[in-house]
Amino acid sequence: MAGVTLDTVRKIYAGNVEAVKGVSLGIEDGSFCVLVGPSGCGKSTLLRMIAGLETISGGEIKIGNRVVNQVEPADRDIAMVFQNYALYPHMSVYDNMAYGLRNRKTPKDEIEKRVKEAARILAIEPFLDRKPRALSGGQRQRVAMGRAIVRKPQVFLFDEPLSNLDAKLRVQMRVEIKRLQKALGVTSIYVTHDQVEAMTLSDKLVVMSGGQIEQVGSPSEVYRRPETRFVATFIGSPPMNILPGKVEGPGRVSVGGQVIAVTDMREGLTPGSSIEVGLRPEDVQAGSAPGASSLAMEVDFVEELGATQLFHGKVAGTDFVVQASTGQIGADTRKLTLSIDPGNVHLFDPQSTKRLGRV
Amino acid sequence: MVENRPFAQFMAYLTLVIGVLVVAFPVYLAIMASTFDAATIINGNMPLVPGDQAGVNYPRALFYGGVHAREPVGGMMLNSMIMAMGIAIGKILISILSAYAVVYFKFPFRKTAFWIIFITLMLPVEVRIYPTYKIVADLGLLDTYTGLIMPLIASATGTLLFRQFFMTIPDELLEASKIDGAGAFRFFKDTLLPLSITTIAALFVIQFIYGWNQYLWPLLITTKSSMQTIVIGIKKMITTTDALTEWQIAMTTAVLAMVPPVLVVIFMQRLFVKGLVETEK
Repeated sequence: MAGVTLDTVRKIYAGNVEAVKGVSLGIEDGSFCVLVGPSGCGKSTLLRMIAGLETISGGEIKIGNRVVNQVEPADRDIAMVFQNYALYPHMSVYDNMAYGLRNRKTPKDEIEKRVKEAARILAIEPFLDRKPRALSGGQRQRVAMGRAIVRKPQVFLFDEPLSNLDAKLRVQMRVEIKRLQKALGVTSIYVTHDQVEAMTLSDKLVVMSGGQIEQVGSPSEVYRRPETRFVATFIGSPPMNILPGKVEGPGRVSVGGQVIAVTDMREGLTPGSSIEVGLRPEDVQAGSAPGASSLAMEVDFVEELGATQLFHGKVAGTDFVVQASTGQIGADTRKLTLSIDPGNVHLFDPQSTKRLGRV
Repeated sequence: MVENRPFAQFMAYLTLVIGVLVVAFPVYLAIMASTFDAATIINGNMPLVPGDQAGVNYPRALFYGGVHAREPVGGMMLNSMIMAMGIAIGKILISILSAYAVVYFKFPFRKTAFWIIFITLMLPVEVRIYPTYKIVADLGLLDTYTGLIMPLIASATGTLLFRQFFMTIPDELLEASKIDGAGAFRFFKDTLLPLSITTIAALFVIQFIYGWNQYLWPLLITTKSSMQTIVIGIKKMITTTDALTEWQIAMTTAVLAMVPPVLVVIFMQRLFVKGLVETEK
């Protein structure tokens, strides 16, 4: 097994379109790395470059200690699971899994051993003789993973493998992928646009936007301390509220004249300069608490989610969402006082959109 | 039509039946005519029920031929068979390979290559018959199977059909086989070819019949009667200048000429239809 190292990797398509703009990233051996970002952010291109399906316009990709820029996909010792599974429709499940091994001239009894084992792990033993079209989406997904497992690769690559499944199956397969990866201990790189998948699966979360990496970290780091406004609003659901504010002094900002205390604030900011104040819908409480700052909110309407309710409205003229447990706030409330814990306030530079936290 | 309207339904069936009768009657007539002797047909009062001469006519046509063009139909059928099979198989081979090249390989002037193939649709054999004849004659291929088959093999239709089919195959399948260590030839043999079976069958049916029915080209380049195809054989049987046309033998030959295409269609019908309409892959 091996880690993967990217060094200022670039992809420039014909017509000078730069899809990936110099990405450097180290993925440790055995870890589960998720690339997440909106569509068109270059995450899939990056994955396909690691797989060898796209040429590399600049930089270097290493799997283990070997530079693989010029190595054929089949010789990179990787396995890939595709979004539409890409199973060979005319081959049985067994042949689908065995095909790569046969091309590699693996002895027959070894192939049989590996396919049977993978089928046992994935619980697809009863379907080995069937054609892919006779399987359900979830079963096809398992076969696609089985095809990856039997190869015993150094790296698994997943390209949005769950997006063709229905919601319930997606949750189930997500858990299964995680469990499988832990059991096999193979370095995995997983591309998705679904932030829930990204948060739950990853050891290492890479948020991408516009062909660049916005932030790398553990899921909780990325959630707790987003480095840019993009990451702040992309990770977390419903997304973080961003309010325009002003610097009042060390540890104090104001939003529409209401002053809030902030724990994590860069020193030496000029009082009176504008700043963006980020608050997660789940981090604000209704009602005033002693020692906490407060904001006034006007409620427009309420969304019921079962266990929680989302209150949509405005704070100082800007759209704002508050998440609260059902029943905590009356559904016909029109005016709310929100108490803000100083530790839950995120500050961003309006120009660079970078976090203005403590250095 | 969802509602049940007996009169409309009756009219629909009536139209269909009339259509079928119009198409089928000449065929029926030919089959009946092949069961009488010459005199019965010539006197103008041929009955529409089978006669008793089938046992005489068919063996005579197959192994002896007409009185004037004394060429056994069996030999002609063999010639036609070789030509039709050669054209069908040759066309499939050439067009599947050229479609594979045009769809899956990136080479300079790929689009140009495709358009040149496409443009040949405007140049059927009849249009380019003189230059083609000249080339075949210069190559010394007159009165040979190669000469009969080769010029008819080049086919834009086949290339087009395969190209359209290949375009519906998801790219991920190619990428998956790349990762599985299959090169260009393996991908073709292990994945593309098995998936193309129905398309191949459809093309085979069309091209076999196209080859079997060729008239002008064989007429031009075959002079020996041993190289005659059955379509030309029928023609020769009914143009006699100084004697009675042996209608019973001509009709027998016509019926025999229908048999192979009909068999091909019957046996490949299911694959054929699937190949033409299948979109789900």
